[in-house]
Amino acid sequence: MATTLISVLQNLRETKVWKSVFRRGPANTNRTRSLAVFGNLFLHWLPVKVREKSLRVRASYYLGSISFILFIVLLVTGILLMFYYHPAAPQAYRDMKDLQFVVSNGVLLRNLHRLAAHLMVLAVFWHMFHVFYRRGYKPPHEFNWVVGVVLLLVTLFLSYTGYLLPWDQLAFWAVTVGTNIISAMPFVGAKIRFLVLGGNIVGENALLRFYVLHVVILPLIAFLLIGVHFWRVQKDGGLTVKPKDGDGKE
Amino acid sequence: MTYAKNSSIPEASGSVHAENELTRRDFLNEITLGALGIAGLGSVAVTYQFFSPNVLFEPSMTFRAGNPDLYPVNSVTFLQDQLVYIVRMPEGFYAVSAVCTHLGCITTWHPERDLIECPCHGSKFKQDGTKVAGPAPRPLPHFAISLTADGDLLVDKLQNIKPAQVLKV
Repeated sequence: MATTLISVLQNLRETKVWKSVFRRGPANTNRTRSLAVFGNLFLHWLPVKVREKSLRVRASYYLGSISFILFIVLLVTGILLMFYYHPAAPQAYRDMKDLQFVVSNGVLLRNLHRLAAHLMVLAVFWHMFHVFYRRGYKPPHEFNWVVGVVLLLVTLFLSYTGYLLPWDQLAFWAVTVGTNIISAMPFVGAKIRFLVLGGNIVGENALLRFYVLHVVILPLIAFLLIGVHFWRVQKDGGLTVKPKDGDGKE
Repeated sequence: MTYAKNSSIPEASGSVHAENELTRRDFLNEITLGALGIAGLGSVAVTYQFFSPNVLFEPSMTFRAGNPDLYPVNSVTFLQDQLVYIVRMPEGFYAVSAVCTHLGCITTWHPERDLIECPCHGSKFKQDGTKVAGPAPRPLPHFAISLTADGDLLVDKLQNIKPAQVLKV
């Protein structure tokens, strides 16, 4: 059985289609492994080599990876929720209730999206504190630190815009209070609030604006900045590692 | 006396522009950047206009509050749709906003305590809108109130007036 599988795989590797996709042959030497990473769109911004100590749990607690995985979970569950959600009053509230009680596995998806959102805020904050206390904001990582701070803000804006979408009392009053904080800004506050809400009250326009921000604009910004963030880690020479974690050997 | 030419300084060859002379390239660059700048400002302006709705599907800011006889003397009446208190005192009518000046929650009139109270963060106001307690930074505003030709009360929420102004009927 195993030998047939291997020979089938080998025959597959000989085909023209396989060779047109995987140009470098089997990744069995350091050179071909590096070329495999370089030549792949999804891998090319990751480092070809990493130091062993930067892979240890205590080096990062994988907080950045956990944040990214949660982002992917939110992307997948969010897109699935969009199939049953109309961003209009009062239909939005009914759709949210339908997801809970009528749609098959809707309550699972909704809770996954909600819990992953809470966890992502937690993970991103924890990630930031960890990087801060490891002095990860110091040269040559200053630029990536700033990108990270912007990503934290984008995460919070995503969280806040998503808060309105269930269109229940909690959502309405949270956004009423939050946008009134905007209007406390001197001179431009009231104008900015009007633009954000698309009106003077939290109504249909506000729901639609928050929806577009939540499902298109902010995720796109986040996706772009996450790409820069990962690429920059590689360009700046990998993670900041405490010398102690390496036990004195590289 | 004439100065002899210092032969150790080489003379620049060909046409050399003085430092402050505008070359054709500089001129074209500046005019292009200027045009792009104006176009950029224009697109910011039209984008701002686009995002400011011209028609709002919201309750009108100016509304009729019915005949003055609907309101007994010494009463505070909460209008749910407009979020306004119509207050009738012996000296006349005034209209007070029911939206808390702290963070925009809707206040409630408590006749047993003679106070307007906010449920969110505990601000308390007198029936004329002056603050008694809580985090609210300003008193509740008074809105312009008048009578229509056919004798109804007319409140304009876009116009704030001084608390001393009351409508005598």
